Amino acid sequence: MIVCSNVGKRYPGGLTALENVSCEIGAGELVFVTGHSGAGKSTLARLIAAIERPTSGSIVVNGQNLAALRGSALPYLRRNFGLVFQDQKLLFDRNALENVLLPLAIIGTPIGEATRRAQAALDKVGLLDRAKANPIALSGGEQQRLAIARAVANRPAILLADEPTANLDTNSAAGILDIFHAFHQVGVTVIIATHDPQWSGLQNARELRLAHGTLAS
Amino acid sequence: MSAWFNQHLTALRDALRRLTATPLNSTLSLFVIGIALTLPAAGWQLIDNVQRAASSASGVQQISLFMALNAERKDIAEIESRLKLAVAGRWRFISREEALKRLQGTAGMADLISSLPKNPLPDAFVIDPVDTSPEAMAQMAKTMGAWPKVAHVQLDAAWVKRFDALLRIARLAVSLLAAVFAAALVVVTFNTIRLQILAHAAEIEVARLIGATDAWIRRPFAYFGAIQGLLGGVLAILLVVIGSRLLTSPVAELAELYGASFTLEGPSVSLAAALLAAGASLGWLGALLSVNLSLKHPD
Ligand SMILES: Nc1ncnc2c1ncn2[C@@H]1O[C@H](COP(=O)(O)OP(=O)(O)OP(=O)(O)O)[C@@H](O)[C@H]1O
Ligand SMILES: [Mg+2]
Repeated sequence: MIVCSNVGKRYPGGLTALENVSCEIGAGELVFVTGHSGAGKSTLARLIAAIERPTSGSIVVNGQNLAALRGSALPYLRRNFGLVFQDQKLLFDRNALENVLLPLAIIGTPIGEATRRAQAALDKVGLLDRAKANPIALSGGEQQRLAIARAVANRPAILLADEPTANLDTNSAAGILDIFHAFHQVGVTVIIATHDPQWSGLQNARELRLAHGTLAS
Repeated sequence: MSAWFNQHLTALRDALRRLTATPLNSTLSLFVIGIALTLPAAGWQLIDNVQRAASSASGVQQISLFMALNAERKDIAEIESRLKLAVAGRWRFISREEALKRLQGTAGMADLISSLPKNPLPDAFVIDPVDTSPEAMAQMAKTMGAWPKVAHVQLDAAWVKRFDALLRIARLAVSLLAAVFAAALVVVTFNTIRLQILAHAAEIEVARLIGATDAWIRRPFAYFGAIQGLLGGVLAILLVVIGSRLLTSPVAELAELYGASFTLEGPSVSLAAALLAAGASLGWLGALLSVNLSLKHPD
C-alpha cells in the first residue's frame, strides 16, 4: 500500500536528507523507522504523507503516485493518514475534545456523531476524563496521547507517528506503544519513526533502519 | 451533501466564535463599517426625501404671470381676453387683495403683513396649460412676457428641470461616495481578516496537514467577513433611522413655515435590504481577497 522507489530528498542548501531509499509497507503492517538523530526519519514520514515532495524517486500510496497528484487532491490523500507530529501541533486555544474534533469537522461529520467519535478516541487513549481540559494543562505523556487521539478520530487506514514517545519515561512510553499495538491489532497500518532502539525487535514488527539518509538492512 | 452542510455549519460556528473571541476589535471594525455604510445611505435618504418634497410641491407644471404694480382693471381685462385666445388650458386670476389675504393666513406672516404701509403684491394669473412640454411652456412664457403691463412671467417647470439636474448631480456624488466607502469597507475587512489569519496560523497549519481543503480553511473567514459586514449594515440602518427620527420634527416645523406639510421618511425597506446586502457581500469580498492572498503567501 506504500511503495517508495529510489526516494531521495535534498533540501535547498545542498543537504541530502535521504538518498536512494526503497521500501514497501503492506496494509496492516507495524513498521518502526529507526536511526540516529538526523538520519532522515522525519523526512521520510513527511514524504510519505505528501507534506514534502521527494527530489528524486517516487512514492505510491494506495496506488496513487504522489508526484502525479494535483495540489487540490492532496487534502483527500492526507485523510488516509492519521498523523502524529514530532512537535504534536496541538491547539492551545481549545480544549482536548475540540482538538480531537478538528479532523472530523474537516470531513464534515455531523457534530453529534463527531462528538461521539472524538470521545471514543479520547477513551481509547485514556483521556476521556480530561476532555474539557486545555492541552496546556496536560502532562507530556497526556499531550502525546491527545495527539494520537486526534490522529485516530477519523479512523484512518494508516497511522503515521513521528517520535510519539520522545521525552517520555519508560512507563508512559510503554503505554503509548500499547495504544499503537491495539490499532495494529484491528488492522490499521502503523508506522512509527523513533530514535529509541528499544522498540526494534518487537513482536510482529518490522524495522526500517535509516543511517545518514540511506536504508541499512 | 450532508457533509457539505456540516462543513458550512462548522464554518459559521467558527466565524461566530472568532467574532466574539475579540469583542473590542470586532466592535471597532463594526463601527467603522457601519459608519462607512451610513454616510452614503444617509445621502441617498436625503435625496429621496428632497425629491419627494419637490414632487409633492404644487405649481410644478404651471405658469405664473405677474402684473405690473400699476396695472389697472382694463389691463387685467386685456390680459384675460388675450389668455382666452392664446392659451389652451385653465387659468385663474388671483387679485392682489386675495394674495395678501392668503399670505396673512400663513403662520407668522400676519403681523408682518399688517405692518406694511401698502399691499406690495401684484395681481397675478396662474395658468395650467394643457400642453406642458418644456418647449410649449417656454414659448407661452415668451409670448406672455411681451404682453402689456406684464411685469414677470415665471415658468415653474424651469426650476423643476434645474432641480432635477441638481438632484442627478447629487445622486452621482452620493454614488461616488458610496463607491469610496465600499472600497474602505473592503479594505477594513481585508485587514481584520489578515489579523485573524495571523491569530489562527497554528490552526490553519494543522488543518492543512490533516486534510483540510483550501475552501474549508477559507470558509470561516468568508463567513466572518460577511457577518461583520451584515452587522455593519444593521448598525447603518439603525443610525439612519435614528438620524431621520431626530430630524423629523425640525423638518416638519420648517415645512410648516413654508405652508407645506411634509414628513421626513425613514429608510425604505429596499434601502435597508440594500445596506444589509452591500455590507455582507463587501465583507465577504474583503475576506476572500485577504484569505486568498494569505494562503498564497503564508507569511
Ligand atoms: N526543512 C529542512 N530544511 C533543511 N534541512 C532539513 C530540513 N528538515 C530536515 N533537514 C535535515 O535533514 C536531515 C534529516 O532530518 P530529519 O528531521 O529527517 O531527521 P530525524 O531522523 O527525524 O532526526 P530526529 O531523530 O532528530 O528527529 C537533518 O540533517 C536535518 O538537518
Ligand atoms: Mg525527526
